[in-house]
Amino acid sequence: MANISSNFLGIKSPNPFWLASAPPTDKKINVIRAYEAGWGGVVWKTLGSQVKNVSSRYSAVDYGGQRVMGFNNIELISDRPLDINLKEITEVVKLFPDRATIVSLMADNNRESWHELIKKCEDAGAMGFELNFGCPHGMTERGMGAAVGQDPEIACMVVEWVMEKATIPVITKLTPNVHSVVPTGRSVVKAGTHGLSLINTIQSITGVDLDTFVPNPYVAGKSVFGGYCGPAVKPIALKMLTTIAQDELTGKVPISGIGGISTWKDAVEFMLLGAGNVQVCTAAMKHGFRIIEDMCEGLNNWMDEKGFKTLNDFIGKSVPTVTHWEDLDINYHHIAKINQDKCIHCGLCYITCEDTSHQSINLTYGKPYNTYTIKEEECVGCNLCKLVCPVDNCITMEEQRVAPEYINWKMWQEQGLPLNDH
Amino acid sequence: MAIQNNRLTAEQYEQNFSDIHPPFETHNAALVEANRCLFCYDAPCTKSCPTSINIPKFIKQITTENIKGSAHTIFQSNIMGAGCSKVCPVEKLCEGSCVYNLMDEPAIPIAKLQRYSTEKALANNWQLFERKKSTGKKVAIVGAGPAGLSCAHVLAREGVDVTIYEKESKGGGLMTYGIAAYKVTPQFCEDEVNYIVGIGGIEIKYNQELGKDLPAGRQGITLAKLQKNYDSVYLAIGVGLARQLAIPGEDLEGVEDAIKFIYEIRNTKYEKVNVGDKVAVIGMGMTAIDAATQAKRLGANEVTMVYRRTENEKPCTDVELDIAKLDGCNIIWLAAPKEIKGHGKVEQLVCSKMQLGEPDASGRRSPVDTGETFTLNVDMVIKAAGQIPYEALIKDCALNNNHGKLIIDANQSTNIKGVFAGGDAVNGGKEVVDAVQAGKDGAKAILNYIMPQMHE
Repeated sequence: MANISSNFLGIKSPNPFWLASAPPTDKKINVIRAYEAGWGGVVWKTLGSQVKNVSSRYSAVDYGGQRVMGFNNIELISDRPLDINLKEITEVVKLFPDRATIVSLMADNNRESWHELIKKCEDAGAMGFELNFGCPHGMTERGMGAAVGQDPEIACMVVEWVMEKATIPVITKLTPNVHSVVPTGRSVVKAGTHGLSLINTIQSITGVDLDTFVPNPYVAGKSVFGGYCGPAVKPIALKMLTTIAQDELTGKVPISGIGGISTWKDAVEFMLLGAGNVQVCTAAMKHGFRIIEDMCEGLNNWMDEKGFKTLNDFIGKSVPTVTHWEDLDINYHHIAKINQDKCIHCGLCYITCEDTSHQSINLTYGKPYNTYTIKEEECVGCNLCKLVCPVDNCITMEEQRVAPEYINWKMWQEQGLPLNDH
Repeated sequence: MAIQNNRLTAEQYEQNFSDIHPPFETHNAALVEANRCLFCYDAPCTKSCPTSINIPKFIKQITTENIKGSAHTIFQSNIMGAGCSKVCPVEKLCEGSCVYNLMDEPAIPIAKLQRYSTEKALANNWQLFERKKSTGKKVAIVGAGPAGLSCAHVLAREGVDVTIYEKESKGGGLMTYGIAAYKVTPQFCEDEVNYIVGIGGIEIKYNQELGKDLPAGRQGITLAKLQKNYDSVYLAIGVGLARQLAIPGEDLEGVEDAIKFIYEIRNTKYEKVNVGDKVAVIGMGMTAIDAATQAKRLGANEVTMVYRRTENEKPCTDVELDIAKLDGCNIIWLAAPKEIKGHGKVEQLVCSKMQLGEPDASGRRSPVDTGETFTLNVDMVIKAAGQIPYEALIKDCALNNNHGKLIIDANQSTNIKGVFAGGDAVNGGKEVVDAVQAGKDGAKAILNYIMPQMHE
């Protein structure tokens, strides 16, 4: 059995799965249930000045008969009195000293407020802080949350205030509502944050009600942009994570990966791209805390199969494989192959290729089953047919290099090689 | 042993004749299955539907909650799409060729989904087609069965004024009179006919039988009169006469045609239909199954189906055979009726034991008498050995035919100019869905004939 225990900034947890700062971590009762279910840690829902919430708060995007492919919310930071939160944090830490109990913070924009909040939370027993510079709704109108994270200078200033006071590890959570997460990331690392976490939610409208004409979620005939999360945002999160992991400055600090992680596989992908641990929210909000069981078991089995003894054996392993387009090997070529024994004759490969790609599939008419074959000389190896094929391993991509040697776009141009293949 | 009616309680009849294929109860239930559909290109299911319904499209439209569009897609190809969703042997048509079969996964329940959309259309009387302005052209159709109704709807859409002459008192043809009641109820058949004529421009004249010399008191019409009064005539008269066994004892009391037996069930109350204690059904087609299962459901103690070939050659589908087996019908393969014995009433059915010989014209191995016999004690024999066309009527009308089956050319036309034909009367008896397609083809040909300038 592999060892899946995690040590993030010196904060230990039995596994690398934390619950992200969100409604599931708002109260002791939730957090106790999470720890009993087996979660490695929680980031307590953001504490700060007293706020009020509205109703309703959530909405979702369904897809192909599945609920909650994407999810958004317009909930603010914790709306419970600070004292109650602090008292419950103390109780939870006492009950579960082996878990990582981190507290998310979003104080008013002045040094005293931050210092006061930090002191109270440390006194309550918090093991680390996560600075919420990412919340994209509501709090931004008050100059907090993403409004801080979107401005590297303001973010730097706040982190400096925090580092003056904090005696426990500090993670800064980045907003994705920027053209690049790197400038703010660099800025807060320079200001001394111990680690980074990303992504927070993405500003969104999940849909418009076709009867009321009001977008979701609905609040008395109006709506606002909500923070988008869930499986739909994972690819965006992975990209942003990679830019942080590859940057020479931000790549040096531990990164907590967040964004649409629902399974152990998602978690492994984040870790391969540089996340030291991961945080989960939407999947738990959809299914409850019990999903942690398979996350741990799946991770363990995968590590055993791959021969990894500890998490550090594979964290960041895929980071160097993401390169610049102009460094890609132009002589690499693969073409589709259809396994006729597996083909069910649905024609999806054909129609997508014919209508939207390179007309590289032959159709031989049959009643009722047509036969589809690849025109090898036409296939550009784009993968589209394989992606839409409903049968596993029916369409495979077979390597057929144009030439044995590596050549990239820059070399191609330098050598004055022909541009038009057609 | 006796033939009698009123064998069961009202609750038992209700239960025995309730819908054998219940519909989806909720939109969610339909969605789960609709979302499984892969949306195949040049879909095998569509190619296996005689009316070529764009099945992936109508299923996709269920997932987008465009139920009106879904029903329109179905009706565009098959105006009896609601009825067909209940009576089609889909296991050998659309569902039989669903690509999921090739993954050893259950096929998409296409019929059930089709029923979902079309029943909503019928229930809400969504008239999804707009009739064009009347052209002043008039067409007479003989027979308000699937072929006639389908032809009428296409013509009505194009602004033709259609009059249908129907010999029964209700429309729907074999859908109404010849199919097991647990598949389609009489009420449903009536609703479907009303929905189809709801487009306007279609008048059905009931109790009007085509014929030359009608017995006194029977209303009738003649082909010559129709030719004179209409721009064109479409004959969709179907088949109707039960094939005779031509064996001794066929005239004994208790020997009945399956079609007549089913007609009774459809046309009277269940408790009024006579059925024996021990019933033999001869044949293994869909009609034989419908007769056998319904005899059992009417309270017969013992129903035995007798077929002269083996299971491999049977004309019904496996699904149909399973219904009979689950209803407790006995099946005897390789048995041909030789004689019906009795004193005035049926007492015994003597069968020849058969074996399979050389393939016949249909390609199936033909049954050969072994010389051995066996005897079943029965009090009722239901003959379901196929139906034959109205040969005498057709000959009287001077229509070219092949043993009573109307002969039409590639343009759906009979040998008489302006007289077109289709459906069972031409093909000798196929599925409802085949007749619907024939009606469409006929309508297209008639439009070309009566309005050539518009349809060239």
